[in-house]
Amino acid sequence: MNVVQSRKIRVDLELIADFVQPGARVLDVGCAEGQLIEHLTKTKNCDARGIEIDMEEVQRAIAHGLPVMQGDADTELVTYPDAAFDYVILSRTLQAVEQPREVLRQMLRISTHAIVSFPNFGHWSLRLQLLTRGRMPMTAGWNRMWYETPNIHPCTIKDFFALCDMDGYVVEDWLAADEQGSRTPWRRSPGLANLFGEQGLFLLRKA
Amino acid sequence: MDQTPAGTDFPHQSVTFPEGLALDCGRVLPSVTVAYRTYGTLNAEKTNAILICHALTGDQYVAEPNPETGKPGWWEIMVGPGKPVDTEKYFVLCANVLGGCMGTTGPRSPHGERPGALWGTAFPVITINDMVRVQKRLVEHFGIGKLFAVIGGSMGGMQVLAWAAQYPQMVFAAVPIAAAANHSAQNIAFHEIGRQAIFADPDFRNGNYWAEGVRPERGLAVARMTAHITYVSEEALTRKFGRKLQNDEGFPALGEQFAVESYLQYQGSSFVQRFDANAYLAITRAMDLFDMAAEHGGTLASAFRGTKTRFLLVSFSSDWLFPTAQSRAIARALNHVAANVSFVEVTSDKGHDAFLLDEPDFHTTLHGFLAGCAEHAGLA
Repeated sequence: MNVVQSRKIRVDLELIADFVQPGARVLDVGCAEGQLIEHLTKTKNCDARGIEIDMEEVQRAIAHGLPVMQGDADTELVTYPDAAFDYVILSRTLQAVEQPREVLRQMLRISTHAIVSFPNFGHWSLRLQLLTRGRMPMTAGWNRMWYETPNIHPCTIKDFFALCDMDGYVVEDWLAADEQGSRTPWRRSPGLANLFGEQGLFLLRKA
Repeated sequence: MDQTPAGTDFPHQSVTFPEGLALDCGRVLPSVTVAYRTYGTLNAEKTNAILICHALTGDQYVAEPNPETGKPGWWEIMVGPGKPVDTEKYFVLCANVLGGCMGTTGPRSPHGERPGALWGTAFPVITINDMVRVQKRLVEHFGIGKLFAVIGGSMGGMQVLAWAAQYPQMVFAAVPIAAAANHSAQNIAFHEIGRQAIFADPDFRNGNYWAEGVRPERGLAVARMTAHITYVSEEALTRKFGRKLQNDEGFPALGEQFAVESYLQYQGSSFVQRFDANAYLAITRAMDLFDMAAEHGGTLASAFRGTKTRFLLVSFSSDWLFPTAQSRAIARALNHVAANVSFVEVTSDKGHDAFLLDEPDFHTTLHGFLAGCAEHAGLA
């Protein structure tokens, strides 16, 4: 039987997977149809599960043999016990939750590590558009009008460093990537990463 | 040991366990007969068994015509060769529940303490846990140490939860569908209307109607009619019947009918042909008594602490009898103990009964879940 077939994984998900130790217990928050869960289960022998808000994605994930429950990151994370996981992953979802700070706090309560990726609002093209046009920027990554975007909490890579600092999270590793998810060379300079990186990717733990 | 149980007219396939069964209520049933059906083949390692738990008025005839009514099996759409629960791959087992009227020990069985009499309303109060204890004996009778999956909808879902809580080491995967961890006040209230209708029928005769050659058909039919309304959604009733009249001429007096009335009456009258009033009383009561959190110190999560079972919870958007919120509460309780849980609400306008009907999304989901579990269980 081969119902759970291997699928090609998104490049940015591969970067995330690189942060995960083999055999780990993983919760992917906002897992869509479960590509990353499947990848971690198959290639790293992880006990990986997911939460997804969109019912159709959940259905596709379960029908694909993956353990996914329908739920909202803002309300479901509180239902897990402390340290239930080794990694909780929030991929390109932080900017869309109601309470990003609380979601992060919950992630690091239920897990020893948190892996967070988000689109960087500090990218130069966004800054330039705002400066020159005086309107909310529109790019490949930020492609919905301000009045209908689900991305209600945009932040920059610098903002995220500041939040980690404020809430006492240790940044164990981080990198900036382009829209496709390829690693960019701005890795060791937060200032350059904030200007040229289209996404930020962070591995955090509690201090 | 296989034999025809006494007390019913039809020779259902069954097995009798003479050693007695201690019930939650404190009484002991001197012996228990379990009527069951199986489909597919148990593999040599006995690792491919799926137990299906039926709902309030279901029976063991999941995937073949019921020999008493001649009607198709109640879940033929789900269980069979090439179906989501594939009998070419899995060994499917289904037993009539304790308290039932399709061959398993119930109110219509010989009275345990008074030779020559039937139990009738003296049948001990039973619980969902008691039903599961009986099923466990059947599973062990087949030499099965661990079920690959336990699947059931509605009251069947309650049994699935009870299985997972009582015998977690025997359940690899659990699928409670359109279920709840307790019966709500509203659910109990609807059941009570049904029971009162049965009691009010002059042919009920204090439950001794068999001895007097009558049956409380009107009462049982009204019970079924009330229950049936709770199984369907307002949308589905409107879609099917709207305000259509049965005879489309002028003003309907009483006795003349809206189409929906005629439909309900048909549901009621066909039900009394196949179901026994005392069994209905016993089983509805068992459902009402179900409260998993109360059994575990008031915390539902405690029922599942340390569980290794993989869960799939499914609810239906238009089910107001066992609404999504109740499945979600179970999912959250399972999260509390970091259990492996999948949960989805299937969009359907068919109400509680959706789990029995043609809902392709539901069927794909269950099939995929089982396939994923089979891979993890090494059942390739």
